[in-house]
Amino acid sequence: MHTFALTKADDPEKAIAAHASDEKLAFIAGGTDLLGLMKDRAALPTRLLDINGLPDMARIEPLEDGGLHIGALARMSDIAAHMEVRRRFPVIAESLLFAASGQLRNMASIGGNLLQRTRCAYFRDDDAPPCNKRSPGSGCSALHGLNRNHAIFGWSNDCVATHPSDVAVAFAALDATVVVRGVGGVRPIPFADFYRLPGSTPERDNVLSRGDLIVAVEVPARVEGRASHYLKVRDRQSYEFALVSVAVAVAVAGRHIRSARLAMGGVAPKPWRLADAEIALRGVSLDEVDALRSAIARSFVAARPLEHNAFKVELAERAVLRALQVAGGRQ
Amino acid sequence: MSNGKGGLGDGVIAVTLAVNGHVRRLAVEPRTTLLDALREELALTGTKKGCDRGECGACTVYVGGRRVLSCMTLAAMQDGREVTTIEGLERDGVLNSLQAAFVEHDGFQCGFCTSGQIMSGVAVIEEAAAGWPSAATADVAKPFSLSDLSDGEIRERMSGNLCRCACYPNIVDAIADAAKRR
Repeated sequence: MHTFALTKADDPEKAIAAHASDEKLAFIAGGTDLLGLMKDRAALPTRLLDINGLPDMARIEPLEDGGLHIGALARMSDIAAHMEVRRRFPVIAESLLFAASGQLRNMASIGGNLLQRTRCAYFRDDDAPPCNKRSPGSGCSALHGLNRNHAIFGWSNDCVATHPSDVAVAFAALDATVVVRGVGGVRPIPFADFYRLPGSTPERDNVLSRGDLIVAVEVPARVEGRASHYLKVRDRQSYEFALVSVAVAVAVAGRHIRSARLAMGGVAPKPWRLADAEIALRGVSLDEVDALRSAIARSFVAARPLEHNAFKVELAERAVLRALQVAGGRQ
Repeated sequence: MSNGKGGLGDGVIAVTLAVNGHVRRLAVEPRTTLLDALREELALTGTKKGCDRGECGACTVYVGGRRVLSCMTLAAMQDGREVTTIEGLERDGVLNSLQAAFVEHDGFQCGFCTSGQIMSGVAVIEEAAAGWPSAATADVAKPFSLSDLSDGEIRERMSGNLCRCACYPNIVDAIADAAKRR
């Protein structure tokens, strides 16, 4: 690794001010993505500010109204093991457990999880082939290169990478809120507004600015929470990023869907809500497989696969169907 | 904000770790990983460097009693913490029960991944006993207990430890055996 300075933050206000005034400073919590990026020279901060000592940021609190407060420094494994998280939102616990390994889950913070960078092999390559995310203006090697793992929605000619987080997909399905503290104070950012599509500026993954610190994720109470499921399809059965994944949460009356929340991973530069399918699924019986299939297909009319990933369209549609059936069975 | 304890020259940080029950003081550069500090500064070479990218699990140690990858954390970030390595697993010359089970079940060939496998395996048993579910658990909303630790559960929970010799079946047998004896 390159050389850098390391200091410990004990006061959030000072930490935020330091981050706002030094564009070469990076916060570090679990470090499981940042240190990998630094070893691959995809991130070259000159100063790391260790935020693990900031007060009251690791709390996992089930709220009285049925929601959930998750401090940004809470570790993936602690959230996944929390009995009330598992009861209220199985999709959150499952999405965490299907990610990374036991060791990494003990280290990685939930704030950092949301900020992990793409696993696009061109972006991570320390030989630095053209990549607009890594080196703006250099081009996209994946657009006409090996793009089997890349996006089928939301990509631009400047970047076709997908976002790697699993739990972000669950949070997107549940319309969670990212609580951010910046120079101007604390502001809630709805999950739907948190990530950016690449457009012509793929170097920016999200809407955060210098001086912004994620302090928590808040999940509101959802009638669909209990009947929820995360399904992840990968080249290996374990310890691998998603080809496609889906977070599903449903509320049913009898066997008929009253409300469905659907989001996908592995298909877009951000967690991808299937809004058209959610509308079309209302009133459909979980036993009418053909009707479920055609409702789900509404969200894939707009899919734009690349040269090597057309298989993701059918794989994604089938994954949604299966996840919906599993979640529906959890009423 | 406090700087790393100074007085050691530019950029060098004084770090105190409780390693295998002994207080160890060392001076490291900020970029020194916990793995490199253990191997290069403290000569605890039982912990192995495989990929150095958090992918193989060979560098697994415990910090504060939890299994972590020592290649993916900085030594200076663990100042004041308790660290356990494979050298700290035996007690007065008596092997930990999983170490003994690895010998009994022939859980290794070349041995390079073995310390990471054993560190992870001991933690897998403790995590299951603490009620942690895994991706192999059918219904995470139900409580989990050590008796639910099937071979499929062990394989899933050990997926962060790669074995190039592919001793996986014997590793699973050794962990299942040690879990029963717990």
